[in-house]
Amino acid sequence: MGLDSALHEIRHLDDLSSKDTPTHRLDARAKVLVTLFYLVSMLSLGRYEVSALLPFAAFPLLLAVQGEVPLALLLRRAALALPFVIFVGIFNPLIDRAVHFHVGPLAITGGMLSFASIVLRSLLAVTTGLALVAVTGFDQICRALGRLGMPTTLLVQLQFLYRYLFVLADEALRMLHARVQRCAKNNHPTLREYRTLLGSLLLRTLDRAGRVHQAMLCRGFDGQMPDLRPTTTFGPAEWRFCAIWGLFLIAVRILNIPQHLGNLPLYLGGKAGGLFP
Amino acid sequence: MHMADALLSPAVGGTMWAASAGLLAYSSSRLKTTLDDNRVPLMGVLAAFVFAAQMINFSIPGTGSSGHLGGGLILAVLLGPHAAFLSIASVLAVQALFFADGGLLALGCNIFNLGFFPCFLCYPFIFKPLAGEAPSRGRLMTASVIAAVVGLQMGAFGVVLETVASGISELPFNSFVLLMQPIHLAIGLVEGVVTAALLVFLHKARPELFGAAQQNAKTRSLRPVIVGLALAAMVVGGGLSWFAAGDPDGLEWSMAKVSGKEELEAPEHGIHSTLGSLQKSFAFLPDYNFKEPEATATDSGKPEAQQTESWPNVSAGTSISGLLGGFMTLCLAGLVALLLRRRAPSKA
Repeated sequence: MGLDSALHEIRHLDDLSSKDTPTHRLDARAKVLVTLFYLVSMLSLGRYEVSALLPFAAFPLLLAVQGEVPLALLLRRAALALPFVIFVGIFNPLIDRAVHFHVGPLAITGGMLSFASIVLRSLLAVTTGLALVAVTGFDQICRALGRLGMPTTLLVQLQFLYRYLFVLADEALRMLHARVQRCAKNNHPTLREYRTLLGSLLLRTLDRAGRVHQAMLCRGFDGQMPDLRPTTTFGPAEWRFCAIWGLFLIAVRILNIPQHLGNLPLYLGGKAGGLFP
Repeated sequence: MHMADALLSPAVGGTMWAASAGLLAYSSSRLKTTLDDNRVPLMGVLAAFVFAAQMINFSIPGTGSSGHLGGGLILAVLLGPHAAFLSIASVLAVQALFFADGGLLALGCNIFNLGFFPCFLCYPFIFKPLAGEAPSRGRLMTASVIAAVVGLQMGAFGVVLETVASGISELPFNSFVLLMQPIHLAIGLVEGVVTAALLVFLHKARPELFGAAQQNAKTRSLRPVIVGLALAAMVVGGGLSWFAAGDPDGLEWSMAKVSGKEELEAPEHGIHSTLGSLQKSFAFLPDYNFKEPEATATDSGKPEAQQTESWPNVSAGTSISGLLGGFMTLCLAGLVALLLRRRAPSKA
């Protein structure tokens, strides 16, 4: 990913996070905690599980729909994250050839199942993470982590990074543009050019850090960033959000709902010794 | 290369999160006591620099491919290990949140792989002794290339261990190591050359910068002890978790077999299915089959899978210990964070 497209992507998510929907207004701690619980319960499923993973799509979907996040954006990003996962997972069908069941003439092996499971896990994890950022915003996530006990030094570091990312990336882009205009070709710089380019950027960065610090001291910086939004509280809405999603996640983790649905005719017929024997 | 959520079991992810959270807490508490104020924005701005630099590629002569700066080592040289570790963690957090590089559960692994090795092992034990007090150009070059290569080899090996321990991918340890290490040898060489080039450039332009990190490092007294302890904890924890994965696994499996044989009723199945969905498909479904020979494979049974019971056994254990271990380590990380929070207000 190029620097300009990366910046664009960050700004896009940032814009989405400044919307004002009920989901956006929830205390960030609730959303962060539910997301972590989601990841643990989803990723702890066995490696051959495919159908049991499907109900987990409800969380990112609802988060995105309620938070007015375009689904296309989430899916496109999720697709971008796939290559490494596929690189590692693609060997599963080759290695694990134990046949699990047949669909017509096609023998479904354990490797196929676990590969499908890996791809599905990746899609779910990535869309959930991005949806969280899109309905919460980086700054609010950091503050939530701070209020959950993350050390202040790390909190300030994250906030600094996020603020100066745009400034520095703009600086780097200007330098790249200047280079392209002078040498009239838009290829990658050679190592020599790269060294000078990054070296100059680094020197400017160091100078800027000094100036930033001066300016902050003048404005009374005391080691903590000021809050930009009013502090939210963990009220009834947050408890409700946590309770509903917590119960849902526990339910879909324990019960393989798609499988039960598929077996419904058998249960009703009493053949599998199921619910109605 | 980033570890990804999809390849990670919560046990491994949780363990690595606990390790990284401990290191982050340690680094921040160290910084609180030793940091002079003007390094706070320096850390932030340098992290932003590394973030931007990772997106700028240069062409590698003769190969047609391109490389870029990773940044761990150069941050360690400029900021000292503790500040560098926090900076790298922040860069990785932004990448995980906005680009889904890795993922949120895998962030602990990535912070450890890409932060701990270059900052706490390669910089103090390889780079500094090799570069010496007043480094010449050649020594800077040698030191950064070796430190970067070693750091990336360790990081890549970390990815391999985490992936294999998670048991989601089937890739055997040997082939995965053979895939990852050579690739990262090349990446490490590039990283080392770029870091050296930048350091030489900086050394010419701003020689005074190189005093700062060394000054910062003078006050270390406990560090070797703590690094040693952390390493020992990792080895013991890793080793124990391997054995722990074997134990409940065998127990569970035999329990499932016994209960499956003695009681074929549905309620029992429900409880067991909460423990390990995999177990269900392997230990119970043969019973289904036994009881209902005419039920076809698609709805319940996976008869052929019986032959491969040794493999699923391992992963079933992983998934059970996955839940437990994940929760325990999360609790542990929470406890560490809580303790730190108690202490935080007095200083801030």
